[in-house]
Amino acid sequence: MVATRQSPPQTASDASPSTVPLTFGASRSAASTRPALIDCDLHNELHGDVLALVPYLSDRWKRHLETFGGRSPAGGFYPRFMDHREDARPPSGRRAGSEVAFTRSQYLDPFRVAYGILIPLSPAASQQNHEFGAALAKACNDWQVAEWLDPEPRLRASIVVPIEAPDLAVAEIRRRASDPRFVQVQFTGRPQEPMGRRKYWPIYEACQEYGLKVISHAFGSYGQPITGAGWPSFYLEDHVGPAQAMQANIISLVAEGVFDRFPDLKVISVENGAGWLPSLMWRLDASWSLLREEVPHLQMAPSEYVRRHIWTTTQPMEEPHQPHQFDEFIEQLGSLADHILFASDYPHWDADQPDEAFPIRLAPELEHKIYYGNAAALYGLGETQ
Amino acid sequence: MARHVVAQVGEIPPGGRKVVDLDGHSVGVFHVEGEYFALLNWCPHQGARLCEGRLWSGLEGDVPGDYRTRTDRTVIACMYHGWEFDLRTGRSVCEPERLRVRTYEVTVEPDHPSDQDGSTLGRLSRTNATAHTFPVTVEHGNIVVDLRRTPISATVLGTPGARSEGNIDITLIPVEGSIHSGGAI
Amino acid sequence: MTSTADTLRIATRPHAGNATELIDGDVHNIVPDTQALFPYLSEHWREHITNTLFKGAPETSYPRWAPTTERPGSELPNWRPAGSDLSVIKRDVLDADGLSFAVLCCTYAIDSLHNPDAAVALARAVNDWQIAEWLDKDERLRATVVVPTQLPAEAAREIDRVGCHPGFVQVGLPVRSSVPYGSRLHAPLWEAISRNSLVGAIHFGGAPGTPPTPSGWPSYYLEEHVGMAQVFQTQVVSLVTEGVFDLHPDLRVVLLEAGVTWMGPFLWRFDKEWRNLRRLVPWVKRAPSAYVRDHIRLTIQPVDAPPSDVHLRQAIEQIGSDEMLVYASDYPHRHASEPSRVLSVVTESHAARIRSANARALWRLA
Repeated sequence: MVATRQSPPQTASDASPSTVPLTFGASRSAASTRPALIDCDLHNELHGDVLALVPYLSDRWKRHLETFGGRSPAGGFYPRFMDHREDARPPSGRRAGSEVAFTRSQYLDPFRVAYGILIPLSPAASQQNHEFGAALAKACNDWQVAEWLDPEPRLRASIVVPIEAPDLAVAEIRRRASDPRFVQVQFTGRPQEPMGRRKYWPIYEACQEYGLKVISHAFGSYGQPITGAGWPSFYLEDHVGPAQAMQANIISLVAEGVFDRFPDLKVISVENGAGWLPSLMWRLDASWSLLREEVPHLQMAPSEYVRRHIWTTTQPMEEPHQPHQFDEFIEQLGSLADHILFASDYPHWDADQPDEAFPIRLAPELEHKIYYGNAAALYGLGETQ
Repeated sequence: MARHVVAQVGEIPPGGRKVVDLDGHSVGVFHVEGEYFALLNWCPHQGARLCEGRLWSGLEGDVPGDYRTRTDRTVIACMYHGWEFDLRTGRSVCEPERLRVRTYEVTVEPDHPSDQDGSTLGRLSRTNATAHTFPVTVEHGNIVVDLRRTPISATVLGTPGARSEGNIDITLIPVEGSIHSGGAI
Repeated sequence: MTSTADTLRIATRPHAGNATELIDGDVHNIVPDTQALFPYLSEHWREHITNTLFKGAPETSYPRWAPTTERPGSELPNWRPAGSDLSVIKRDVLDADGLSFAVLCCTYAIDSLHNPDAAVALARAVNDWQIAEWLDKDERLRATVVVPTQLPAEAAREIDRVGCHPGFVQVGLPVRSSVPYGSRLHAPLWEAISRNSLVGAIHFGGAPGTPPTPSGWPSYYLEEHVGMAQVFQTQVVSLVTEGVFDLHPDLRVVLLEAGVTWMGPFLWRFDKEWRNLRRLVPWVKRAPSAYVRDHIRLTIQPVDAPPSDVHLRQAIEQIGSDEMLVYASDYPHRHASEPSRVLSVVTESHAARIRSANARALWRLA
């Protein structure tokens, strides 16, 4: 069945695309004729670092911020390359992606985004002071409600939580759970412990209770080296690394039996690529076939847990050496092709252009699933008009 | 296709650029230390407006820690993903044999024939005529982009939803199945 | 279980370079116990090991009784570890498979010894033990120099000490390191490997004391077993990005026991990031996949094969070269499928390369 994508539910702005600086040259014509899409990685950026959150902090934590500032484990930063897309900076001069009106007029409207899932990259989860991390997370979520979700009905958001303090994280999840616009709980790409570890189970329990998804967004570190072989030297290595980190976290989630304990849990890998999924499943099953006595709690082959519980987003798009290898990749995914979600990563420098993202032309049914149907089914956003 | 007058000399300062629409094609015209270059404003990767990216010097290195700035070479890095293209040739810095952006001939034509020897543009013309593929002439003080010698394919901008030629350039050139490269092994 | 030998054994002793010749690129020779090293240790260390709590490197990347550590039939009597008896390896590997060469990979955990003097002494002893008790006893054997990778200058000294022995063809580098191998901290190590025309052999395991994943320590051995592939990926990224092959254009590296099927899609991503971020590392002059195909080889046990032969063939073709795979049994370790599975899905000429030609080119075997 080839379903048609629905129109955007509501357009909060009438800004004419012709008056908007559209960076992707020829996309306007493509976007205007294709169905709408769901973007599963849209960044709402905090302007001025955490200055955007100051109005949402209590006096106690405002004083803390002014006096001591944020403190995250030191030593994990690399000289980088480009900043966010220069053209995505709003006219106010603030940070790209920091104002909903500009995101709306530059991206949501011209690219026919039916729904955008917000993923703020806040410093909350990396704070050494967990109480302050929890305060930042709460402020960040209040900021999302007031400055993004309320003004723009097409948006959904991720709950920011201090993941390394699960009790505080659960409290924040409970605070947001009644707002259906919060659809998931956000992990960094490299938590302090592998994601399946017992430490994080209370978070998954709360997610399952409220029907929230869990996402792991690339990058970050809580002080441990960002690879299994220590600290690399260059940002390029940091930027290849999320694929390895996510695989480690999926291995952990499966091996620890998290999906047996929380059978409704759904985990979304964001900005980690997906080309590694087939070989990871093969290797998981191969090792498990010999080592299964160590994990007798597993009820089925590891790849089956992956197929049932793991989703991945498209950006950064896999760009095989030959186009037919992309078809092979899709074929190898099999049923997991239903778990691939389009994501742009707007407004970051490595964002994918919705109409030019794929290295091959997808079959119409698959194209619909990836751009709309898979996310609609996952988030309950409605399939047809 | 016809030649298009895109700017007056002096309108684009050194280091500057002007993005113009020529027969429906967005083209960036760049002025780099007396030379003019024109590129299709379309990154062959994902169709971004390449000509709005930053200009950089060429950068080369032989061994770790070697950052050799080539001031004689200007590249433009796409605002999306940072892919670099040589402004002079349109070729990708990473994969020059596989990937290039369409370039256009730019001419600067004289205001008056009598100005040719005395004007700045006239001097540029002589200096650069043999150094690169963009001969400089002067015509009424206008910079002229010539589309005749490098006609634009009607498919470059694509029908809605279709792949651009540029993207096909990236992916269709096959990697050799067996590499007999004379490498280390 | 199909025996490797059933599929690969050849009727007659192969000639060098023969299309049916078989070379095993990964056979483990295990130090049975520290006593075995006593003839090769100084009086100081013999006395120290005898009288103190220190009994040699305690770590191993292969839990003693895990089903992956000793394949059925490889077990030895009297609790001696599989792979520690040359006569058994001769019978069950060299002779049974009709090998012209077997490359031994000793994984004695020198890298786990924080005491630098103990690390150096044990590394020297292990290498001298390998010369006397393995290389000198069978001309088909080649071996791996064991070095204190955590001390690159000391490692270089040991490579220079024994690297000229014709039996040593490579230097062992546990894939789990505390700093990636491309780092400039490791420069003396690569210079010594290059100077002695040896291969850098990055192998499964390692005990550097730092966690094996970017998210810290996992709970289960299963996780480390599966996750080791990601650590190999990290090392490949490091070697190419940090310019090791630009400094040493003739350098050869082999990944032992790394798995195979991840390589193609991994290279897509690595090439992509290079196109994005090349300006940070301008000495990386070609696509990373080109460096990898020129300089890096993989042994085919394990391969991490999918159930489908079609998918396995796709995964092998995605690597983009028929010069990269090297036959290996990984004796005495046990895996989910046999190396014959790989040979059965590739072309005849590719299979011949995997059996021997690629190994000969890699280790310059003659």
